[in-house]
Amino acid sequence: MSVNHEAIGKRYDPLVYAVGREKIREYAHAIGERDELCLDLDAARAAGFADLVAPPTFAVVYQAPSVALPYFDPELGIDFTRLVHGGQEFAWGALVVAGDEITTTVEVTDIGERAGNGFYTFQTRSTNQDGAEVCVGTWMNIVRGQ
Amino acid sequence: MEIPQLTVTPDRYLTVRYAGASGDFNPIHIDEEFARSVGLPGKILHGLWTMAQCARAQTEAAGGPQSLKRLAVTFRGMGVPEAELTVTSTVREDDGTTARVDIVVEQNGRAIIRNADADVVRGGS
Repeated sequence: MSVNHEAIGKRYDPLVYAVGREKIREYAHAIGERDELCLDLDAARAAGFADLVAPPTFAVVYQAPSVALPYFDPELGIDFTRLVHGGQEFAWGALVVAGDEITTTVEVTDIGERAGNGFYTFQTRSTNQDGAEVCVGTWMNIVRGQ
Repeated sequence: MEIPQLTVTPDRYLTVRYAGASGDFNPIHIDEEFARSVGLPGKILHGLWTMAQCARAQTEAAGGPQSLKRLAVTFRGMGVPEAELTVTSTVREDDGTTARVDIVVEQNGRAIIRNADADVVRGGS
């Protein structure tokens, strides 16, 4: 398969995600989260937080709209029917709390080809409304060859 | 620091709830017929849901959402609903502040996540 190496380094416009209390609760229930900071508003406030605290992997929710940009970019031309999510990394900074506005930028950090398969790596960086970094995500994808 | 084994059995409709919660509506996760039509055994779990179970094993042991600083996973094989997953965490290094933890997730005797590792801070200070 052929891959377009020229898109390495490509960045996309930042997107803002407004974190909602009930979205945190919905996500927390879906992953079986049991921490009361993520589920019980009184407990979160008693612990000094303004609102419910997002579980760390809630990053997939606020980073998803940004990471969709390269996935759907015709310049990269990813064939979804052959796409496999190979690996994922998150590094976390400040906690995310309901009411936060999270700004995420995404960059194509690597494109390669090995054994007939295409490899695409995207990096997402998210900051909160105070400019503090909350999460850096690395999304590793494989597009299987014919 | 010790991280206990976490076991969880995703129910039949878990993938539908996770699709709604995460926004990932890829039909291989929610449509049995579609999944079979592309050669899968049936609906498969979202890899990122399984990753969230790795995260939960760490945060439940270490003291909450602020305790997990980094998590990296490699997806191998496919998880399916209605079968128990075990998340096994082994502390490889612990300098008293940060523990480096190796994680494996198995289902039906096969690893569906391996070579995973996390940086975990006690109590999240």
